[in-house]
Amino acid sequence: MTHEVLVAIESDGDLVEARAAARALATRLGFSRTDATLIATAISEVARNIIVHVGTGRIMMSPLEEEMRCGLQVVAEDKGAGIRDVEAALHDGYAGRGGLGLGLSGAKRLMDDFDIDTKMDRGTRVTMTKWRFRDELERMKEKRQRRP
Amino acid sequence: MPHRVAILAQDHNLIAAIQSDLSDSEVLELRDDLAERIGRRRVRGIVVDVTALDVIDSFVARALREIAVLARLRGAETIIVGIQPDVAIAMVQFKLNLTPLRTALDLDEALGLLECAR
Repeated sequence: MTHEVLVAIESDGDLVEARAAARALATRLGFSRTDATLIATAISEVARNIIVHVGTGRIMMSPLEEEMRCGLQVVAEDKGAGIRDVEAALHDGYAGRGGLGLGLSGAKRLMDDFDIDTKMDRGTRVTMTKWRFRDELERMKEKRQRRP
Repeated sequence: MPHRVAILAQDHNLIAAIQSDLSDSEVLELRDDLAERIGRRRVRGIVVDVTALDVIDSFVARALREIAVLARLRGAETIIVGIQPDVAIAMVQFKLNLTPLRTALDLDEALGLLECAR
């Protein structure tokens, strides 16, 4: 069963959908309410970056499964001009239009892993992950379910 | 006025109760609508109830600050009520700065504060 969620980002109304989808998936994966809020907020920021700087793009959210932990991975992609200075964009106070200049750096603080891959005139891909540690009971349950 | 925000007038106060998550343009509409209403009726206080917002990101935070600054320039105080605990945690981690916003836990407390200020 796949839990992957794709949200096309084409207008500012799509941010509402992206936030709701993020919260729903995070809850389904067992994240706390607080973590679901952190993930939804980070997604809101990267989605707005797409709207403001490029116009259109997409956000993919998918579960990551590991033995000791599970994660929610977010990939935000656009085919825009690329970010000229990634270091500066990640610096607090970067003059992004329409925000407090905290967009990307704030999103990075809310997530556990954060990576920006950008190519001039080709586009930008932001990959970010939030992790949740599984407890022993959960892992035992999982093993039981996998048994034929 | 966005239909997802109920705006009620009570004495010299405006109460804007956000009913659900808002798009960016709806947030800006709310800001402009409140600024315009302050002059139409002699409004002294604005309470914005954000209980229904599951996410307050940099854009919403900036709009709320702008509402407060606009209102002050027009002679009215703004109080934000109903910031959810999870939202508060996210805002702290994000390092969103809400000064010069005044906040209160709920509507009653906000109306009490506005009454005292008069």
